[in-house]
Amino acid sequence: MEEKTRVSGAEALLLSLIREKVDTIFGYPGGAIMPMYDKMYDKHDLLNHILVRHEQGAAHAAQAYAQVTGKPGVCFATSGPGATNLMTGITNANLDSIPVVFITAQVPSGLLGTDAFQETDMISLSMPVTKWNYQITSAEKIPEAVAKAFYFAKSGRPGPVLLDITKDAQIQEFDFHYKRIKSIRSYNPKPTLDKNQVQQALDMMSQSKKPLLLAGHGILIANARDELMEFVDKTKIPTAVTLLGKSVIDEEHPCFVGMLGMHGNYAPNKLTNEADLIIAAGMRFDDRVTGDISRYAPNAKIIHVDIDKAELNKNVKADLAIHADIKDFLQQIVPAQYYTCNSEWRQEFKRLNEMEKEKVIAPELYPENGHLRAGEVISKVSQLTKREAIVVTDVGQNQMMAARYYGFKNPNTLITSGGLGTMGFGLPAAVGAQVGKPDKTVVLFTGDGGFQMTAQELGTVVQYQLPVKIIIFNNNFLGMVRQWQNLFNDKRYAQTTMPTPDFPMMAKSFGIESKWVRERDQLDNTIEEMFSHEGPYLLEVSIEKEANVFPMIYPGKAVDEIVLHEDQ
Amino acid sequence: MKELFTIIAFSENHIGLLNRITIIFTRRHINIESLTVSSTEVKGIHRFNIVVYETREQVEKVVAQIEKVSEVMRAEYYTNDEVVSREIALYKIPLKTAIEENLEQLLREYDARMVDVQSDFVVIEKTGHVEDTEKIYDLLEPFGILQFVRSGSIPITKQRKELSTYLNELPRDEYA
Repeated sequence: MEEKTRVSGAEALLLSLIREKVDTIFGYPGGAIMPMYDKMYDKHDLLNHILVRHEQGAAHAAQAYAQVTGKPGVCFATSGPGATNLMTGITNANLDSIPVVFITAQVPSGLLGTDAFQETDMISLSMPVTKWNYQITSAEKIPEAVAKAFYFAKSGRPGPVLLDITKDAQIQEFDFHYKRIKSIRSYNPKPTLDKNQVQQALDMMSQSKKPLLLAGHGILIANARDELMEFVDKTKIPTAVTLLGKSVIDEEHPCFVGMLGMHGNYAPNKLTNEADLIIAAGMRFDDRVTGDISRYAPNAKIIHVDIDKAELNKNVKADLAIHADIKDFLQQIVPAQYYTCNSEWRQEFKRLNEMEKEKVIAPELYPENGHLRAGEVISKVSQLTKREAIVVTDVGQNQMMAARYYGFKNPNTLITSGGLGTMGFGLPAAVGAQVGKPDKTVVLFTGDGGFQMTAQELGTVVQYQLPVKIIIFNNNFLGMVRQWQNLFNDKRYAQTTMPTPDFPMMAKSFGIESKWVRERDQLDNTIEEMFSHEGPYLLEVSIEKEANVFPMIYPGKAVDEIVLHEDQ
Repeated sequence: MKELFTIIAFSENHIGLLNRITIIFTRRHINIESLTVSSTEVKGIHRFNIVVYETREQVEKVVAQIEKVSEVMRAEYYTNDEVVSREIALYKIPLKTAIEENLEQLLREYDARMVDVQSDFVVIEKTGHVEDTEKIYDLLEPFGILQFVRSGSIPITKQRKELSTYLNELPRDEYA
């Protein structure tokens, strides 16, 4: 039994965080949360607080921090507007299954429900987008609530949780005693793998001539990369990844066949509809992956393994739905399996990927004239960082280009907003990634639109001297929306063009080194200069204004109707 | 094909859970026909009884999402013939018509009761299936219905293994 100590709720909360091994908090102070910031003043040696410039930034940063460190992110905001500013980040973490503990302050409990100054019903607001949330109105509830918050956030399918703490609960004193949670009776985070299903999966594999493995984010979350690689090396099954599954396999691996989905690679999309077996591992058949679901994988038997039972048979009906931790499943199947995929089937991927290389990739990476292209810049960055950097993206064309052309190698090195597609995610996420991995090179690829949504976080970059390398692809367009207008709305560019500020001048006003590149012959030198510079660096690259991302599965089309260019 | 399903969810007794469960229906645009929340034979565990008119496929997905809620222990769905369900309805009728027409015979014939008589109205109670309470509604309409209220259906399941057995087998909350 540990000794009890009499402390205030605010201090209890910080002590609870320390007991959960938290050392970093992203946040922003305000009225209702002042007692906690006051107590934090005494604990600055134990708790490193990163002061952002807008609460949305704190939420995205905490999520990226969680992704690169594998520890839950923690985020503080005051009541009312501070709390509502978190909503986009909470939703983003929810859709991408990232463990973040959000702590919002609340008006004193006596004022709840009275429309008091800066009162917002955060519990109701955050309910659909959190894994769990709880309002604390008395100090003695704090330890258990924090313990539950961390347990729910990181176990099972991870996700964001929110604790809303009234001001009086922060001030009250009580005898603090902390116990971490081991299990909760209503909640089963670790389903038991049915070994018969492993055998069934093996049987289905042994009948298959054209199997395709779809590797998702779940494998990264389960820390099962080694098991996955053993499985792939042994079976030689062609392996495609989802956007969030990127970095789960080294893209130079011979079995890697590319990314799935709307702007994924040609071969895995096309051949999804030829495959006779699909093994979906830790992924959820998002509509951006499946295209027209009624024409998705018509020839394939489907094995779907996921830790979240609600994902099984949700979008795609599985022939074998396995409710399990993907790591358990792979550990069981690796020693058992004896199956090896035939090389002719793998050759088909190679053949189609060669087509994509010739028609799409080569012109993107090695253009001989015309304006700079995002792909060639990303490719150059990839070479210079030896594919070792943590790549953060914003959302839109910059994101698809980064996903397509960086060539990921190490696990958890792509930080991007998948499910929610949050423009403005990039810069704050880069902050969180660099705070989480101070010794790693963090590169942000962003667009002129998304960057302007959260550009104020340049202040955070400077305050903590985070050496992030920011690359803004400037085409003076909201590029992805413009691409759709180009393809589907007769080039009626409604509200997608915008003038941009002088980004280097903006960076310099924050004290950040910066350059603007317009010509191809300046590119290599400037990128080298950026990486040899020790601190943060912002590079604006003027790119081809009306470049489109291809290949593409047009909305409503089937995956095998993917096109390499718009005239196809 | 849409039909009536009864969804039963067992949960901890925590504030806000009702909201967390109902938004799952709202998101999918499913109308809840009736909803009741009550305690169970296991102390501390509450049950939600939700009746919806939906396709089996949708109901399966909704039930999976209800069960996913961290504080829900179990959620299941049943068709009409898998449950014994009852609801209670109350009807307020003007005393004048109740005396003039032959109300008493109607009550006896349809197994309804008069539960209160005031100087100007009477209150009739009927317990049974939705069809029963609706039938009485039709028959009472000529009397002039001043107020009508229905409780929502409460179901007892017919399956062999009682859920309480399962719930009692769950591990307790544990701390490290």
